[in-house]
Amino acid sequence: MNRHVDPREALSDGDGIAMGEVLLDVRNVSLRFGGVKAISDISFDIRKGEIRAIIGPNGAGKTSMLNVINGFYTPQEGSIVFRGKERQKIAPYEAAASGIARTFQNVALFKGMSTLDNIMAGRTLAMHRNFFWQLLYYGPALREEIANRRKVEEIIDFLEIQHIRKTPVGRLPYGLQKRVELGRALAAEPSLLLLDEPMAGMNLEEKEDMSRFILDVNAQFGTTIALIEHDMGVVMDISDRVVVLDYGRKIGDGTPDEVKSSQDVIDAYLGVSH
Amino acid sequence: MLAKAKAGTILDTFPKYLVLNAERFADRPAMRHKDLGIWQGWTWRQQLDEVRRFAIGLSAIGLKRGDKVAVVGSNRPRLYWSFAAIQSLGAVPVPVYADSVAEEIAYVLDHAEVRFAVVEDQEQVDKLLSIAEKVPSLKEIVYDETRGLRDYDHTHLHGFEEVQEKGQSAIEASPEAIAQWHASVDQGSGADLGVILYTSGTTGRPKGVMLSNDNLVKSALHGNAFDKLGPDEDIIAYLPLAWVGDHVFSYTQSYTAGFCVSCPESPETVTEDRREIAPTYFFAPPRVFEGLLTALMVRMEDAGRLKKRMFDHYLAHARKVGEKILNGESVGLLDRFRYLLGEILVYGPLKNRMGMTRLRVAYTAGEAIGPELFRFYRSIGLNLKQLYGQTEACVYITAQPDGNIRADTVGIPSPGVEIRIAENGEVLYRSDGTFVGYYKNEEATRATKSPDGWVHTGDAGFIDGEGHLKIIDRAKDVGKLQTGGLFAPKYVENMLKFFPDIKEVVAFGDGRDFCAAFINIDLQSVGSWAERNNVSYASYQELANHPEVYRIVGTHVEAANRKLAEEPMMAASQIRRFLVLHKELDADDGELTRTQKVRRSFIAERYGELIEALYDGSTEKYVETEMTFEDGRKGRVRATVRIVDAPVFGVAAAPVMEAAE
Repeated sequence: MNRHVDPREALSDGDGIAMGEVLLDVRNVSLRFGGVKAISDISFDIRKGEIRAIIGPNGAGKTSMLNVINGFYTPQEGSIVFRGKERQKIAPYEAAASGIARTFQNVALFKGMSTLDNIMAGRTLAMHRNFFWQLLYYGPALREEIANRRKVEEIIDFLEIQHIRKTPVGRLPYGLQKRVELGRALAAEPSLLLLDEPMAGMNLEEKEDMSRFILDVNAQFGTTIALIEHDMGVVMDISDRVVVLDYGRKIGDGTPDEVKSSQDVIDAYLGVSH
Repeated sequence: MLAKAKAGTILDTFPKYLVLNAERFADRPAMRHKDLGIWQGWTWRQQLDEVRRFAIGLSAIGLKRGDKVAVVGSNRPRLYWSFAAIQSLGAVPVPVYADSVAEEIAYVLDHAEVRFAVVEDQEQVDKLLSIAEKVPSLKEIVYDETRGLRDYDHTHLHGFEEVQEKGQSAIEASPEAIAQWHASVDQGSGADLGVILYTSGTTGRPKGVMLSNDNLVKSALHGNAFDKLGPDEDIIAYLPLAWVGDHVFSYTQSYTAGFCVSCPESPETVTEDRREIAPTYFFAPPRVFEGLLTALMVRMEDAGRLKKRMFDHYLAHARKVGEKILNGESVGLLDRFRYLLGEILVYGPLKNRMGMTRLRVAYTAGEAIGPELFRFYRSIGLNLKQLYGQTEACVYITAQPDGNIRADTVGIPSPGVEIRIAENGEVLYRSDGTFVGYYKNEEATRATKSPDGWVHTGDAGFIDGEGHLKIIDRAKDVGKLQTGGLFAPKYVENMLKFFPDIKEVVAFGDGRDFCAAFINIDLQSVGSWAERNNVSYASYQELANHPEVYRIVGTHVEAANRKLAEEPMMAASQIRRFLVLHKELDADDGELTRTQKVRRSFIAERYGELIEALYDGSTEKYVETEMTFEDGRKGRVRATVRIVDAPVFGVAAAPVMEAAE
C-alpha cells in the first residue's frame, strides 16, 4: 500500500526556498577540455519543484552540464548557486550531501547486488552510526537499519519493483535496471534529482512507465528534477521548462511551446545550410 | 446475540458469519497482505472492525439498501472487506474484471446500474472517470491506493481510509451507530441477492449472473464439507475478483469455514508469496500448473549430473507408485520405502520450491488439463483434483473425491447437486447453488434455466460406469447419427489426436449413417518413422498415401474404436471409414483458425467430394485442391485419395457391415 506523503513534509531539508523560487542557478559557466570547448558561457536556473529538461543534439554538452552541476567537472569560468550558496568547486560527495542525486546515461548499478541492496546503498548518507556501532549491530545501528529499510521498501513499493526485490541487478532487463537506478537516487531523498537520459533504449511502454514515475516523484515528493532526454515527445509532455544546448551554447530556454517554435532550435535539430 | 453460537452454526449471510467469526475465531488470522516486504495480518475481530467502520462510512456517504456497487481491482484486503461491508448494508457488490477495457466496464456498470464503485487505484479511477458519461447511475467512487490522486476533484471521490474515518466519527458521535449496523446485518436474509457476477461470455454481451446469499452460503458449506475445510486452512488469493472461483474460494469459503486468506504483494510476486504462505488449499487453471512445471524443468536442465540423475530416477519411481499411494491403494513395502526416500531427496524439495509443502487439496478447472501434467503432480504426492463448474452454479457442479481420481473425467456430482444428461447429450444440473437468473435478461434466463430449476451447461457429456461425469464437447457441436446415436466430433477427434502420428482429425457424422474421418498425419513423427524404416518419400502427399502409413493409421483408428466401444454413449461414434488427407490442413488456406482449430464447415464445403466418397462406398477418389504455398503463391495439388474401412467393436458392430458395404 502506498503511504501518503505530503510534499510540504518532504521539504524538511529546511533550505527556506519556497516552491517556484530559484533552487539552482548556473551563472556564465564555461568548461574546456584542453582546446575543446564543451560548454561556453551558459546561464540558466532551475526552480524549486519544477521538471526542467536539458535537450540538444549529440555533443551539445548536456551531460557535461549535469557533471558540472553535481561537481564531477569543475568549470573554468562561472559559478553555480545552489540553495543560495555560491560555489565554484565542489566534490561529487559534497554535492550528494547537499541534496543532489543523479542517475547515469549508462546504468551504473552494482550488478552483483540485489535490487534491495542497491537501493539501500543509496541510503549511505542516512547511515550515521559509525563502524563500531555497526559491528555491535544490536541497538542503535539496528534501529537505524530498520528505519532505512522501511524507506527503501517505500521506494520499492512506489516504483512497483517488489517482484525483483531480491534479484541480482545484473540479471534484470534494461528497463528495470533504469528503474532500480532511479530508486537508488530517490533513496538519498534529494532536493534536486538529475536524470541523464532516463528513457534511453526503452520501448514505448517502458517510456510511459518511466514518465509516470518521474511525474509521480515530482508530484508526491516535491522533488525538483533536471533531466536530459532525447525523446522530444516525452520532454515536451512532462517538463515545465526546457533549456536547449547546441555546440556548448545555449540557444533556447522556455516552456516547451516556446522552445518548439523557436527558429534557432528548429535549425539546430533539423540542420540548416550555413 | 451470537455469543452462544457454536462452530457448526449455519447462518444465511456473510456479514452474519463475519460477526460470528469475530466471536468464535476472535484472535485467529482472517486476512494477510504483504506490504513493504512484510506480511501484515488482521484477526477476525480486526476484520470485523475494518468492515464495520467502512460500512458505516459508506452509509454516511449515501449507500442504500438495494444499491449496486462495482468492485474493481486486484486481490487486496480492502476490496474483500468491501464485499462484506456492501452486503451488510443490504447493497449488492458487482465485481468487475480489473483488466477490462473502459468500454467493457462501461457496459457492465451501466447494465448493473451501479451507484457506487470501490476501486484499487488511480488507474481504475481514471478508467471510471473516462466512462462517467456512459454510466449516469454512478455517483461515488472510493479508492484504496492514494498515489497520484491528490490533485483530483474530491467531491465524488473518497479515499478508503477517509470513508472509514467517517464511519469512526459516526461511531464516536453516537454509540447507536454500531447497534444500527448490527440491525442492518440482521435484516439481511438468505433470499437476498448476494452478488452479481458478469460472465465474460465468448459470444455477445456479458451476462450478469445473480447469486443469492443462499446460493453462495450453501455452496460454500457443501464445498467445505466435501474437502473438510476448516479454520486451519491457508489460501492465497490471486485470481480475478470478478471470477466466481475467487469469490467462492477467497470470500465465501473463508467466511463460512473461518480460514485465513493471504493477498500477494503484487500480481508479479504471486509465486514468491505463495512459497512463503505455503497454502493448504489451492486453486489454479491448468496453465498455472503447466507454467510451474516448465519453470522447474528448465531449472533442472541447468542442474548438476548427480542431481539430474536423482531427479529422473525418483520421478520414474513416482510415476510408478506415487498415484497409488495417494489413492490409498496397496503398494509393496520396498516401493513405499523408495518413495519415502524420494520424498526426502526429490519430491519434498520440489514441493517446497512450488510452495506446495502443506498442500492438502488443490483443484484445477476452467479447461481440460493434460493427463501427463495431471499425473505428474499427483505422482509426487499432491492431491490435485479436477472440478467442473460454472458461475451459474456457484462453481460446484462436479468434483473428484479424494482417492477416486481419473485424469479423463471431472468427477462425481458435488454434494447437493443433481445431474441429468439431456436427450441431445447436454449436461443439466440442479443444485442449491443454482443462480437466481441473469440480471435484467429474462430471455437468457429462460433459455438457460428451466422453471423446475434445471440449468443448461452448454456442454455435452455423459456419466461413465462409475458415476463420473465426462465432458465431451460443446453441446452445440454435438450432433446425431441417422441411427440415433450421439455424435461428438471433438471427442472422437481428440481420441485420435492422442497418437503422435496423427496431427489433425476432422470427424463427420451429423445426420449421416455412421462416423467417418479425415486424418492428417504428423510429418515430424511419421517422417522419423519413415527414416528409421528406410521408407523414401518426396513429399507430404506421397508419404500420406504410402500403404504402410495407411496401415499404421488404421491401427490407431482401430485402437480408438476399441476405446469408444467401451463407452456406451459413444460406441455409435466409432469410425467406420477414414482417409488420410493428401495435404496438411493449413490456416493459410482457411482450413484452420489462426489458433489451429479446425473450421469444420469450411472443410465440409471445400472437400465435399471427399466426404461424399466416404459415404458412397468408393475406395478411392481423384481430387484437385487449391493450396497456398509458404511464399504466398497458389497452386493446385492433385491426388487420388484412398478410402479405407476400419473395424468396429461391441454393440455397434452389428449394423456396421450393411452400412459400410
